[in-house]
Amino acid sequence: MILLKIVAIVLPILLMVAYLTYWERKLIGWMHIRLGPNRVGPLGLLQPIADVGKLFLKEEFMPAEANVIIFQLAPMLAVVPALVTFSVVPFGPGPATITDINVGLLLFLAMSSLGVYAITLAGWSSNNKYALLGGLRSSAQMVSYELAMGLSTIGVLIMAGSLSLTDIVHAQRAVPFVVYQPVAFIVFVITALAETNRAPFDLPEAEAELVAGFHTEYSSMKFGLFFLGEFMNVISISCVAVTLFLGGWSGPGPATLGILWFMLKLGALLFFFIWVRWTYPRLRYDQLMNLGWKVLLPLALANIVVTALVIYWRIHA
Amino acid sequence: MIEALFVGFGAAALVSALLVILHRNPVTSALFLVVAFCSLAGIYLLLHAEFVGMVQVIVYAGAIMVLFLFVIMYLNLGQDREGGAATVLRRMIGWLVGALVAVQAALLFAGHWAMGPVSGAPETGLGNTQALGQTLYTRYLFPFEITSLVLLVAMVGAIVISKGRGSRPAPGASAPAERPPRLEPGDRAAPPDGASS
Repeated sequence: MILLKIVAIVLPILLMVAYLTYWERKLIGWMHIRLGPNRVGPLGLLQPIADVGKLFLKEEFMPAEANVIIFQLAPMLAVVPALVTFSVVPFGPGPATITDINVGLLLFLAMSSLGVYAITLAGWSSNNKYALLGGLRSSAQMVSYELAMGLSTIGVLIMAGSLSLTDIVHAQRAVPFVVYQPVAFIVFVITALAETNRAPFDLPEAEAELVAGFHTEYSSMKFGLFFLGEFMNVISISCVAVTLFLGGWSGPGPATLGILWFMLKLGALLFFFIWVRWTYPRLRYDQLMNLGWKVLLPLALANIVVTALVIYWRIHA
Repeated sequence: MIEALFVGFGAAALVSALLVILHRNPVTSALFLVVAFCSLAGIYLLLHAEFVGMVQVIVYAGAIMVLFLFVIMYLNLGQDREGGAATVLRRMIGWLVGALVAVQAALLFAGHWAMGPVSGAPETGLGNTQALGQTLYTRYLFPFEITSLVLLVAMVGAIVISKGRGSRPAPGASAPAERPPRLEPGDRAAPPDGASS
């Protein structure tokens, strides 16, 4: 039964990642007034399959002075925490919720904080200065933005009164929390972009200055795993954002439509991620740190204070 | 099943903790410490302390060890080499502390220990997190608040140290603007550099 559930998560997620890359390339194409991939299969729909096949067949290469074990370990660490997060996401009511543990949100935060290791270790073990710089940048960036992200979820927790993601969805049956917590939602989305190293926060792999950042020395499917991990992180963090702020699977219509509502909201958020990537230029490093520590963190803290005061006043008045 | 998991996590914690101090490469040592923390989190989960287990991963494995690794990588520490009088002294202190721990362990094992129910688990319909919060904010409110004060002091201290004292600029920071040699008449005494920068 557990194995079945695991398969039920992993396969669709892998498919989603594959077609998210396709969708991203198609969207960029349209934004650039191009066609995007359209050669492999009808409408280019087989392009991601061809890409994966190509990645598997590429030659493996390892730098001579690399730390062999850690070099091999880093790509795995990029994928595993991202996959674990999906186990607690309530995709829909009833059986579509794979597991419901009472610290679901904390599990998500824990896994996203473990994701730093992949990039840091990849950068260090490659024995390449660009990779090392990318890894250092990324650990500083992710540790900084993790705080603001954690704090931005507290407002939702105060309102829902539970750490279980299913309970949080139930708490927004009537009105999604984004209505009450717009500031927290904005902070969460910005920090989500930074946590997943997406543009405009993709400093760890800023190609103009760092070649390719932490994955400069990676080739073949090891590079593919980093790619996979990044896209899975984008999907998982969007899933959590949908659950926390956009009402999860709740929506008009019968409960069986829950998964559909969830996927619609998820799709909208993923589109937003891609849209931002091809709209904004990359931040400078000091701007990134200033935004994280001097804008987002105080905003998230102020949001907690205001939310707590309002809830307290509503209970005691 | 639970026993098997407990033995597994316990063994992982012990072995990785040993490797932290036995391995020569500082980065590998730090990584084994991460494994030790994660195994501890697993043990917390088995004891139904879900909140503590997750916080263990978030705080220790996710934040503190990342900063450790960051420093180790940034300084590019190589293999640690030993030698000199300081090492001899450190080794002697190590043996002394080790002997004390061994005596303590012997005393503990001499007593009677039995696997029993986890004591003090308030199973009153409250979730684990809620129960913990309620205990923290009622019975242990004072120590809890004192802890936050201590953390605040540590934070201020860290900022003061990193800013540097007097006119010496902190490493990495841009040099402070040159102060005019004399104060204008009627001007108040200039604050010390450390406070103004």
